[in-house]
This record gives sequence, C-alpha cells and structure tokens, in this order.
Amino acid sequence: MSDTLLQAHDLSVQFGGVRAVHEVNFDVRQGEVFTLIGPNGAGKTTVFNLISRIYNPTHGHITWHGPQGVVNLTQRPPHSMAQLGIARTFQNIELFEHASVLQNLLIGRHVHQQTGFWQNLLFTPAVRRSERAFRAYAEQVIELLDLQHHRDALVAGLPYGVRKVVELARALCTDPKLLLLDEPSSGLNTEETDDMAFWIRDIQQELGVTILMVEHDMRLVSMVSDRVLAMNQGQVLALGSPSEVQSHPRVVEAYLGSADDVSHLRRNTP
Amino acid sequence: MRFIFKTHYNQDIQLAKHSGHVFWYGLLLLLLVLSPVLLDEYWLAQLTFVLIYGIVGLGLMLLAGFTGLFSIGHAAFLGVGAYTQAVCTQAGMSFVPALICATGLSAAVGVLVGLPALRIKGIYLGIATLSFGFIVEEVLARWESVTGGNAGIHLKAPNLWGHTVNSAEGFYFLCLVLAVISTLGVLNLLRSPTGRAFVAIRDSEISAQSMGIHLAYYKTLSFAVSAALAGLGGALYGHKMQFISPDQFSVLQSIDLLLMIVVGGLGSVHGAFLGALFLIVLPQLISLTKDSLPDAIALAPGLQSLVYGLVLIAFVLFEPMGLYGRWLKVRTYLQVFPFYRRGLFKRQKTFQKSERVR
Amino acid sequence: MQFIQLVISGIAQGCIYGLIALGFVLIYKATETVSFAQGELMMLGAFFGLLVMGFWGYPFWVAVLASMGAMAATGYVIERAVINPILGQPAFSVVMLTIGIGYVLRGLVTMIPGIGTDTHVLAVPYKDQTFQWGGLMINAEQAVVVFVTALLCLALFLLFKYSKLGIAMQAMSQNQLAAYYMGIPVKRLNSLVWALAATVAAVAGLLLAPITFVHANMGFIGLKAFPAAVVGGFGSLPGAIVGGLVIGVVESLSGFYLPDGFKDTAAYIVVLLMLMVMPNGLFGQVTRKKV
Repeated sequence: MSDTLLQAHDLSVQFGGVRAVHEVNFDVRQGEVFTLIGPNGAGKTTVFNLISRIYNPTHGHITWHGPQGVVNLTQRPPHSMAQLGIARTFQNIELFEHASVLQNLLIGRHVHQQTGFWQNLLFTPAVRRSERAFRAYAEQVIELLDLQHHRDALVAGLPYGVRKVVELARALCTDPKLLLLDEPSSGLNTEETDDMAFWIRDIQQELGVTILMVEHDMRLVSMVSDRVLAMNQGQVLALGSPSEVQSHPRVVEAYLGSADDVSHLRRNTP
Repeated sequence: MRFIFKTHYNQDIQLAKHSGHVFWYGLLLLLLVLSPVLLDEYWLAQLTFVLIYGIVGLGLMLLAGFTGLFSIGHAAFLGVGAYTQAVCTQAGMSFVPALICATGLSAAVGVLVGLPALRIKGIYLGIATLSFGFIVEEVLARWESVTGGNAGIHLKAPNLWGHTVNSAEGFYFLCLVLAVISTLGVLNLLRSPTGRAFVAIRDSEISAQSMGIHLAYYKTLSFAVSAALAGLGGALYGHKMQFISPDQFSVLQSIDLLLMIVVGGLGSVHGAFLGALFLIVLPQLISLTKDSLPDAIALAPGLQSLVYGLVLIAFVLFEPMGLYGRWLKVRTYLQVFPFYRRGLFKRQKTFQKSERVR
Repeated sequence: MQFIQLVISGIAQGCIYGLIALGFVLIYKATETVSFAQGELMMLGAFFGLLVMGFWGYPFWVAVLASMGAMAATGYVIERAVINPILGQPAFSVVMLTIGIGYVLRGLVTMIPGIGTDTHVLAVPYKDQTFQWGGLMINAEQAVVVFVTALLCLALFLLFKYSKLGIAMQAMSQNQLAAYYMGIPVKRLNSLVWALAATVAAVAGLLLAPITFVHANMGFIGLKAFPAAVVGGFGSLPGAIVGGLVIGVVESLSGFYLPDGFKDTAAYIVVLLMLMVMPNGLFGQVTRKKV
C-alpha cells in the first residue's frame, strides 16, 4: 500500500544559531520501512524528537494521516503520540530502571487502559480483567522477542543488548501504527544485529507496523529498508531506494569527502 | 526455600502472592486485632500512633518513594486535615462526614501544592514544598477566627453515627480499620496502571510521556492522593491528641515524616509502617537507655536531636534500603541458608553524574 | 526615609541569607548535592568564635581567623567521613544525610553543659556603633555585613570562573567519573569544597552573631536561605547573593507595610512566585535532557 502515513513539511528547528534541521521534507508510506541515514550530527535524532514532540519546530509542521483523518502533529502534546499510534525507542536507552522488564512492558500498555482512578483504587473486576488482558498482550511481545528468562529481572541489572530489545518490546506493547527506532543496532554485535533485522521484518510483515528508523549500520539498512533518506547538517541530501541513495554522489561526499580532498595525500612517486 | 510455580496470570496480579503471604499477614492482622487484650493502655496508645503515622507515611511514600516527587513540607497536609476535622466536628458534624471533608480539603491543598511540580523538579520542588509548608503553618497560626491561632483547638472524641468512641480500644480499632483500608487502596493503585504510571514518572519522564502518560495529570494525582492520606492521618491525629496547635505541624514534623520513610525504606509499602514503628519506638528506646548513660549525657536536652541525626546518617550510609531492605536481607539469609553471600544485595558503585545535563 | 531605612536593614539581613545561600550554591556547584547542614555549620562557627573570644579571651580578629580555620577543618572532616561514601546515590539520600548532620551538630551543641542552652552575646569591636548619613541611621554591624559579603562574593566568583580549581570543581559536578579520568583529585576537591562552604558559613555566623545573638537554634535561619538560593538560581554564585538581597529587602518591607505574619512568610511567598514565573531562578541555567 502506498498511502502516506506521516509527512514532514519544511520541517526546521534551530537551537540558538545552530540549524539542527533545515527544511526537511519527506513522507513515510503505510507498511514500509523508511530509514534515515547520515553522518553524526546530521539531525536524524532531532527529526525523531520533533516527531515525538520533545522539541518544537521553529518552522514547518508534521502531518499524521491516521484513521481519524489528517492531524497536525506539531499542535499536539508529547503524551498524545502514543494515543495516535506513534511509538519510539531512544538512542540512549530510556527504560524504567527500577522496575522489572514485565513492568516496563505493562507500562507500554498504558494508552489502552479502560479504567479510571477510582476503579483502580478499588481494583474492581473490570481492572482485574484489564490487567489480565495487558499481561496476555505483553506475553505475546515477550514471545516474539525471546525475553522469557528476563521477564521478572530488574532492568537496572540487565546487559546492554537485552535492554535494547526491552526498549523495542515496550514500544511494541503500545500497539503502534508507526514505530520510530533510533539506532536499533548500535552496541549490538553481528549476530544480535541479524536478530534485529529479522525482528524488524517480522514486525513489518506480521504485525503490519510501519517503521521509521535511524541507522548507521549500512548492512542492516540494506537488509530491511524499503526507502532511505540521507541527511547531512540538517538538510536532505537524497531520497530513494537503499542502493540509489548509497551510491548518490552527494551522500558519498558527506561520508567520505570528495575525490579532490585526497589528492594532496598521494605520495609522490619517484 | 519457596519455589512458586505459576499457572495463572492472577497469581502475579493478586495481592497475596502465595500461601505464605496469606499465613503471615493473617497472623499479623490477628495480632493487631487482639492488641487491646495483649497490650496495656500506654503501648496501645503508641500502637495507635504507629497506625496514624503509618497512614501518613503511606501518602508520603507514594509521592516520594513511588513517584519521585519529594515533599519537604508534608506536615502541612497533616495540619490541614487535623484542623479541618477539628473545625467540622466543632460545627456539629459527625466523624465520617468530617473525615471526608478533612481528606477532601487536604487533597485540594495537595493539588495546589502540586502545581509547581508540573514545571519544576528536584531540589526546586523540595524548596517549593518547604515554602508551602511554612505558609500553611503561618496561615494556621494567623487565621484565628477559624483555627484559634496559636492557642489551638480542642477535639472531642469521634462521633460515629450517634455512638461516641470514648475508649482507647474503640479508637484503636477505628484507626486499624482506616489503616487497613488505606493500605489496600495504595496497594491496589500500585498494581494498576495508575501506580505504574507513577513509577514511570519517577524513573524517566521523557519515556513516560512517549508511553502516553500525561505527566501533569499523574503528578497532580500523586500529590492529591498523598495529601489526602496525610489529611486522613491528621484527622485521626487530632482526635488522638485531643488538642492541636500550629507548632505541631512545623517543618520539624515534616522532616520527621521524611526520616520515617527513609528509615523505613523508600519505595516500599512496608517501609511506611516500619518507619512509623521506628519513629514512635525511638523516643522510648532513648528513654530506656538513658538509665545506663552518665547523667551529663542522659539529661541533656539535645540528646534526642543527636540520636535522630545519628540514626539518619547511619541508615543513609549503611542501609539505604531502610528497615525493609534489612528485613529482606535477613529473610533471604534464612531462605537460602547456608548459601547467603553479602554480594547478593550489593550496590553497584555509582559515580556522581549531573542531573542538569545528561 | 523610613522606606530607605527599611531597605538598608533589608540589605544587611539579605547579605546574611546570601552568605548562607552562597554555601549551598558552592556545594551544589561542585558536587551537585544540596546541603541542609549549612545553617548548623553557621551556628557552630558562631559558637566557636564565642569560645575563642568570650571564654578564652582572645581578641576578635584571632577569634574570626580561628573560627574560620576550625570550621574549614570541620567541613573537610565531615565531607571525608560522611558525604564521600554516598556521592553518586540519588540526591534525596544525600539531602537526608545533610539533614542528619544538622541534627547531630545541633544536638551536640545543645548538650554542652550550661552553654548549649543559653543565648550568648558576642562582643564584637564594632558593636553598638552607628553612622549617620543624610538622616539615615546605619548600624556598624550592618555595614560590616554588607562589606564582607561583597568581598567574599567577589573572591569566590573569581575563583570559580578563572582558576583551575574552580573549573575542576565544575567538572566534578557534571560528571564525576570523567573527572577521575582527567586526573582531577575528586575526593580531595570535594572535601575542599565543603571546607570552603563551612568557612563561608563561619563568616556568616560571626556576622550574624551581633544581630541575633549566639544560640543553638541559630541554624534555622538557614531555612530562609534556601529561598534565597532558589530565587537567584541554584547554580549561580552571584545569584545566591542577589537572591538573598531580594528576600531580605522584601522581608524588611513586608514587616512594616503588610499585616502581621507576612514578614515570616515573605521569603516563601517570593520563592513560590519566582518558581512560577522563572522556574530556574534569576541567574539559573535552563537545561534540558538530551535523548
């Protein structure tokens, strides 16, 4: 399907004199895996933070084309993103450290709660049913991501690779339509990255979730992405399929520098 | 050692996780119910105070231990509850309607105090709550037409639907029932989405928001519930003391409440009651040991202050998980004997990292 | 005229608040912990001055220097013994620890037989002198307070901004582990900061002594210094003084122009208003967590 799900219109944000993101335009289509690439400091995570409303853009806006119609995201508060169906993971893991993995996942189900404060206080049968339903859903996610033996462990004691998976699991528990993954493979070895690639494909194909991803690992990008957007210094360089973008001259220049730069490094042959 | 074989999600949802819980807490409840028979009048009164402070501690534990919002002026809510109860009962209301007023008004004041929390964090919030505490104390002292100012107010025995609770035992049972109800309420909140939202706010506000948790609503709710519990405790406190005055709700009382939850163990419901127990028992311990100390120390007015300070320092340095943490260690020792190792509960060495820019 | 008179006494009182707040901010800037023990350290400094001058009979200047030195040592030892082991724990734990330290100090002083429970007079050489300036009466005590505060503030500001020590302290507060790696003697500097803060507290105590007399509950004024630090913005040294001045002047004016009861709560009302309008204080830095 090629219905647009999310669209950024001339998105710009400025921090003092620094133009972190400058007139970025792109659209994410339903059911695809869309990746943002670019060298460090390109503004990729800033775009994520703009979408999840942690930052306010100085110009431009973002539209969400959900089942309720078109919504201008830039007018919504941060906590309404989960309600709309947008979930995200964080570059530097932001889990709830003093809770167990299961608790973290159950917090992910928060937007689906049907019971109010007074019902919770009295723990009515409706709350009990709702808790069981949450637990059942969380267990499905645990099974998908193989987290069974970490279920009751406190997050604070878990290794980095497991935490990344728990972040992903927690985001999935919100039952999102769009999943924002911020550098899912950073800190993972090759095996774990392959696992991540399988999971991303599973999430896309079995769960029908659209994925917007920031990534540095080009192998992963080529394996899972449908379309790629390359950024540098806050601006868009190229947009297209993975192979198109990776061979685009401006993208190559951004990562490696231009051919002229290396001429002075050539040794004089005697 | 107990191995719990789980077959149903209910086992994780229900309050009593296994038969051992049912047995021991049942026994505790039985002992509490039999206390008027087992204890003499003086110790029964102390136990009543433990229950009252326990209720207040529950509130503060919910706010500070579970939501991560530290309130250094919590005695203000205690005062609001006590005074509202006094004024309402003097105006002719019976116990239960007055209690509802006291709890409700404390909750409203809690919402007010919580308003700064929506924008400020950490030490700034602490200072804001401290300021509120001072202001409320001053208001209680100055608003003489209602509160009687520094002269204080007297409270009569509670009037429950026509029946006056005159005896110490009767009042003890009243406090016990309210303490049990409050504890169950808090436990229910903690195992529901509301309680999890509180914990989420404590651990990471940004990702709590990305999970759809409305920060302002839940922070205000936490303040309201916490203040309501403190108000409930305050109303009972007023009836027990039979006389209240503004200086009983000063910043020193607030610090006592904080001491209570720190010593009890931050982040656990048990900690509230263990802390209350400690707070009431400590002065008794001091007077008991006074006999074996030389006169110069025993009769000195600063002894209580000194001991409180030393205890606080000792707990923060050596037992940061509080009394409940120590109890967990003892219990684990007994359960896994002889395989207990000191490293089981060892804290990882943490280094100071700025909370301002991370 | 009355107005200016009130403002002057407000400034003098505000300088005391500012000095105590300075101690808070010093410790906060270097270790990002809030110390509730400053008030009691101030009280201890005043008592030490009393001991040297009132009981041992040394001249005032000896008492001042001795008190500063003794308090520096006390601050160093307290930090070494008690604060250092728990740095890195949540801020709340450290705050409770400092509250405990305050209780211990107050208890110890109150326990000193005979002296602890009484109120004493510190016979400073400039006592009871007043200046006349265009119809205004200025106490020598007030003038000395303002002068010494200005001096101290300048010295500390320069220390933090330009010296290696100051920059090292700031580094420590932001990331202790990285500071260790950079070769900064973190433990020693932490103790030094506490020694410095205790010295400032001692000076505050000696300046306050002629005005409020020396007694064991002097430390409660420290609670008013918190609003001062917050109004100024917790990470800013000049802010602490400015905040103190604001609180002092508001308090002085409200004691005269507003009905009873506002004087004691003026400081707290000001801080609440400030937190609503400028949550980071006048000079505080606005920071945000980067995710």
